[in-house]
Amino acid sequence: MASVIYDEKSRRIAAEMVAAETRQIAQREAQECDCKDGMFPRSPASRRRFLFAAGSAASLAGSTAALAQKAPPGAVYYDAPADPTKELGRAVAADGGYGSRSQFETEVRTRFPTANEYTSWSFTPLDKMVGNLTASGLHFERHHGGIPTIDPANHSLVVHGMVGTAKKFSMADLKRFPSVTRKHFIECSGNGLTEWNKPTLKTVQGTHGLLSTSEWTGVQFATIAREVGLKDGSSWVLAEGADAAVMTRSIPIEKMLKDALLVYGQNGEAIRPEQGALLVYGQNGEAIRPEQGYPLRLLLPGYEGNTHIKWLRRLEVSDKPFMTREETSKYTDLLANGKARQFSMEMEAKSVITFPSGEMKLPGPGFYNVSGLAWSGRGRVQSVDVSVDGGQSWRPAQLNVTPESVCTVRFSYPWMWDGKLAILQSRCADETGYIQPTLKQLIAIRGSHGPFGSIYHLNAIQSWAIDETGSVANVHA
Amino acid sequence: MFTPKPILQAAGILVAVSVAAAASPALAQSQDHFGFGTPIGPQELAKYSAIPADGTGLPPGSGTAAAGAKVFADSCAACHGDKGQGNPAKGVGGDRLLGGRGTLASDTPIKTVESYWPYATTLFDYVKRAMPFNAPGTLSDNDVYAVVAYVLSEAKIIKPTDTMNATTLPKVTMPNRDGFIPDSRPELDLYH
Repeated sequence: MASVIYDEKSRRIAAEMVAAETRQIAQREAQECDCKDGMFPRSPASRRRFLFAAGSAASLAGSTAALAQKAPPGAVYYDAPADPTKELGRAVAADGGYGSRSQFETEVRTRFPTANEYTSWSFTPLDKMVGNLTASGLHFERHHGGIPTIDPANHSLVVHGMVGTAKKFSMADLKRFPSVTRKHFIECSGNGLTEWNKPTLKTVQGTHGLLSTSEWTGVQFATIAREVGLKDGSSWVLAEGADAAVMTRSIPIEKMLKDALLVYGQNGEAIRPEQGALLVYGQNGEAIRPEQGYPLRLLLPGYEGNTHIKWLRRLEVSDKPFMTREETSKYTDLLANGKARQFSMEMEAKSVITFPSGEMKLPGPGFYNVSGLAWSGRGRVQSVDVSVDGGQSWRPAQLNVTPESVCTVRFSYPWMWDGKLAILQSRCADETGYIQPTLKQLIAIRGSHGPFGSIYHLNAIQSWAIDETGSVANVHA
Repeated sequence: MFTPKPILQAAGILVAVSVAAAASPALAQSQDHFGFGTPIGPQELAKYSAIPADGTGLPPGSGTAAAGAKVFADSCAACHGDKGQGNPAKGVGGDRLLGGRGTLASDTPIKTVESYWPYATTLFDYVKRAMPFNAPGTLSDNDVYAVVAYVLSEAKIIKPTDTMNATTLPKVTMPNRDGFIPDSRPELDLYH
């Protein structure tokens, strides 16, 4: 396979990410407990008790600061009694009325170590996630000028340009319109950009973590378009955010009218201890998070994440694209002949096995429920196949949820591991008949002079090698 | 091309709007519209700006490379380097702006304003809205014209004596003006 050439900046940030991931894995190993059957992370030597486990409070004098430090982000520390049936639990609503995740759940987003922490991105921990939706607090991020704090009472959406009546809508105005609720994934077109040349990052969080799925609630752009009226010749809409980057992208009006939502609701968080009773894995429903564009975001199902303008404050209807910095100098795909693809918006069909995945360790031969996610920006996932022999043979996976348009599908595949070297892959097809390609196929088409050549839109089949010890590693196969 | 459809065609809205309109004259909007939102005029819209390639919306004012050199030194060089070479230092990470011409089809493509950006108007638009990074939107229009002139002059795209304004800037031809093609996916080779 031709080798992709990385330029100096790309090499540098990839090297820094590898270092950061290594530090993170080491940190995880230090926290490993016996309770996870050794499947992750890979830490055969580590048998230290988990920091937050029962009894540890006794040795740490309980200052508030010390207790706060003991709880992972998004959690509150409580002493865990040896037998929770022998003492009362916490009082109802003593948490102030807004719950938090269990103190024993530690997964977090990790930031790609760009030099500047205000224009950077963070990855969803896909290896630790269950089900199909992403917890709101774990939804991946990409910011270009930090995360603004916006009082919704002072926020409005201006719609103008080639319209009958230019209008300003308050958040209260927007919430009066008929709303819709839909589940969609968002994927950054840079998801996997370190992986063109050689297997670079070790975990699926690093290789595929710029993908998240939520249930979104909001107003259709078409509803707003009728309200202001579109003039003949309207063909593009500029969307602008209210952040320090004043992020702008031009969107074809067909897409805006067909699919676009102005969202103010987002779902999904890990199971909460106080809810009990059912054995549930997922939970729903709240306002979108500041990192996702609070109070208003443009959602363009199937388009690359950068176009889903957060903190949306303005839509300008035009007869041409605005050729903004993001849609000319950044989110374009430089091909081998020196020409660059522009407005390459759609995220094509892709899948990845999240269990087992990089840096996990299988405790021994036997049954494993291989599981992963599949998605397509062009519609519904039609089918997913799994290979355990590096793509020589394929068998159908089970789809664990009903496929919805432009939404991830959790799939699974029952597998008896015989303890020998195996290479696991998944491959999905969408309802348009598109089949997820191999990396070799993509490079044959797009050329081999990647970053900053064609770094975006890597949707190739991912391979995980499992060696005789059960260790799982990112490989190109 | 796109005729606004009557609101009555919106699924599920027919009954609610009709009843509300009939029952209360105070609520009776046009049946084509909900009537939400506030009309907004040119004065309030003036604070927004987005400049397409033809230069529509470029503000009054002008600047030259000589004036821009000072703006660049004061507001840009810390992150982009005194020669526009970029600054990868931790906490900075400013992009390289100059050089890289002729590299796009090579094995080591270098994307800069000089080598890659297809429109000079985009530079004005971006600097005006989002630069300097730590104080976005604080440069005057004259300063933006000037610093754009400086970068274009350093890139030898315009002459050092050229003045950039609403008339001259859209006429600047960037080296990679014709370097972009529309999305050519789906890649039909994958269907063989």
